[in-house]
Amino acid sequence: MKILTVSLLVAAVALSACTNPNRFGGDDAMAGSGNPTGGQPLGVVPGSANDPNSTAFFNQTVGDRVLFEVDQSSLTMAGRTTLDGQASWLLANTDYQAVIEGHADEQGTREYNLALGARRANAAQEYLVSRGVPANRLRVVSYGKERPIEICSNEACYAKNRRAVTVLAGGLTS
Amino acid sequence: MKTLRICLALVCAVMMATGAQAQQGPLRITIEEGIIQPLPFAVPDFQAETGEAGQLAADLARVIAADLQGTGVFREIPSSAFIANYSDFNAPVSFPDWKAINAQALVTGAVAVSGNNVNVKFRVYDVVSGTNLGEGLQFSGTTDGWRRMAHKVADEVYSRITGEGGYFDSRVVFVSETGPKDDRKKRLAIMDYDGANVRYLTDSSAIVLAPRFSPTGDRVLYTSYESGFPRIYVLDVGSVQRRVLQSAEGTMSFAPRFSPSGNTVVFSLSQGGNTDIYTMDIASGQSVRLTNTPAIETAPSFSPDGSQIVFESDRSGSPQLYIMSAAGGEARRISFGEGRYGTPVWSPRGDLVAFTKQNAGRFHIGVMRTDGSEERLLTASFLDEGPTWAPNGRVIIFTRETQGEGGASSLYSVDITGRVLRQVNTPEGGSDPSWSPLQQ
Repeated sequence: MKILTVSLLVAAVALSACTNPNRFGGDDAMAGSGNPTGGQPLGVVPGSANDPNSTAFFNQTVGDRVLFEVDQSSLTMAGRTTLDGQASWLLANTDYQAVIEGHADEQGTREYNLALGARRANAAQEYLVSRGVPANRLRVVSYGKERPIEICSNEACYAKNRRAVTVLAGGLTS
Repeated sequence: MKTLRICLALVCAVMMATGAQAQQGPLRITIEEGIIQPLPFAVPDFQAETGEAGQLAADLARVIAADLQGTGVFREIPSSAFIANYSDFNAPVSFPDWKAINAQALVTGAVAVSGNNVNVKFRVYDVVSGTNLGEGLQFSGTTDGWRRMAHKVADEVYSRITGEGGYFDSRVVFVSETGPKDDRKKRLAIMDYDGANVRYLTDSSAIVLAPRFSPTGDRVLYTSYESGFPRIYVLDVGSVQRRVLQSAEGTMSFAPRFSPSGNTVVFSLSQGGNTDIYTMDIASGQSVRLTNTPAIETAPSFSPDGSQIVFESDRSGSPQLYIMSAAGGEARRISFGEGRYGTPVWSPRGDLVAFTKQNAGRFHIGVMRTDGSEERLLTASFLDEGPTWAPNGRVIIFTRETQGEGGASSLYSVDITGRVLRQVNTPEGGSDPSWSPLQQ
C-alpha cells in the first residue's frame, strides 16, 4: 500500500502541476504532501484536499470529470489521462464506489440528451473497467441536460457541461 | 347561411394548411391569397336567472370568449361596442344591432345557481342569416366546476361553427420549474388547458421529467430521479398515488408514453450506454424489446390505432424520425430535411407527426405527414421542443426555453397553420407539456 500511495502521489503532483498548480496554495504545499516517509505527510489534515486518500483530493487533484466534444461520447486524450488517474486512485482506495454521471449541454432535446449522457457515462465506466476497476464498484446515471454547471448559452459553457463526472461514495463507513 | 359558409371556409383553410386534401375549390383560394380573417363574434354576459348567479353569468361569458378568441379563428367584439342590451335568454334576438357591429356569430346564455348546483343554457346564432346554429343546449354541474361548463359551451360553439372537435374542456400536465439553470427545481403540475386550476402532483425533491397522460386522462407516466436514477413511474391523477414501473438494476428508463389502449407503455431503456425502445404491459410488467441497434433510439409515440410507433434514432449518424410496427422490426425513415429531428408525436387524428427540429443553431416545432411529406415548421427560437397535441389535432403546446444565464422555460401554444402563437399561462416556469383528451 505504501509504495502505491507514494507513486500515486507523484503522479498526482505531476497532474496537478499541469492542470492547476495553485490549487493548494502553490507548489510548496504539494511538495509537502509528497513526503517520501510515507503515512500521513506532515501538516496533512485527513479528509482535506491534501490528504491523497480523500474525496476532495480525488475531485480536485486527480480530477473527477472528463469532457466531450459536441455530440460525441468518445473519450479525448485528456479524458483518458484523467481516467487513468481515477482508475489508479480507485484501485488504491478500495473502500470507495462511484457513480459516473453523464451530462449533455442544452443543445438538443431532453430525451436525446438523456441517451447521450448515458453513452458518455458508459464510455467513462468502460475505460475505468479496462484499467482494472471492478465493474461492480461503478454505476452510471445520465442527467441529460438537467444539471448544467455553467449557465451561459455559448460554447464556453457548453464545453464544460458536456461531461462525465465520477462521484465517489463510501469510504468513510467501511 | 352566408356566415356559416365563411366559417367553413376558415376551417377548411386550416385543414388545407395541414396538407389534407382540399375538398372545396374556393378554400384553396382563401389560403393562397392569405386572406384568412378571424370570424367576429360576441358573447354578452349571460342572463343571471337567480340572484346568486350574477358573477357567474359574467365569468362564464368571459371564459367562453377567451376560449374562442384564443384559437385565432375567432375575434371577440368587446362589450363596449354592443348596441343591443342582452338580458333575456328567451327574448327575440335583435339581429340588426349585432350586424351593425359586424358580429357574425352570437352566443347567448343563461345561468341559474341553486346551492352548489349550476345550470347553464346557451344558444349560438348566425347573425348574418338571423338563424340558430343548432339547438339550444344546457349543462348542469356544481359551482366549483363552472369553468369546465364554460369550456364545454365553448367546445360546442367551436364545433358547430368549424365542424371540428373542440379542445377547451381538457387539461395539461407539465413540469413546473423554478430556480436558476444550474439549480432548477422541477415538480409535476396539472392544470386546465387555459392555465386555470393548477394543482401540483409531486414535490421538487427529485428531478421529474416529461409527464404523459393516459388515453383517458386518469393516469400520468413520467420519469423521476427519486431513486437516484431515471425511472418511469405511473401516477394516479385523482389519488396522486404513484408506483415505479421499471427498476431493473443497472438500467435507466425514460421517455414513456401510453398506448392508445392505456394498457401498454412504450419507453426508452438505457443499458451499457445503449438506449433502445421497449414496450411494457402495465399489469404484468412484461417487457418486449422493439429496437436492437447500437444507436440511440428514443422518444417513441404510438399511432392512434396502436399499430405503429414513430420514434427518434441516430442510426444514420444524426437524430432522425422513423416509423416501425408496434411489434418492432424494420423501421422506415420519414425525416429527410436539413438538421436533426426529435420527439415525434403522432397526431390524435392520425394524419400528422409533430416534432422538434434543430437546424443551424435554432429549434423549431414542425409537422409532417406520416410519410414524411409536406414538412412545415411552425415556430423558431433559441430552443423549442417537446410538442403535444390538442385533442382535436389542431393545436400544439410545447416548451420554449430562453437563451443565456437567465434562461427559463415556459409553455407556448401554436396552431397547425403556425399563425397563432401564444404563451400559455403557468404560475412558474413550465416545460414538457402533455395535453389530455377531452374530459368526459
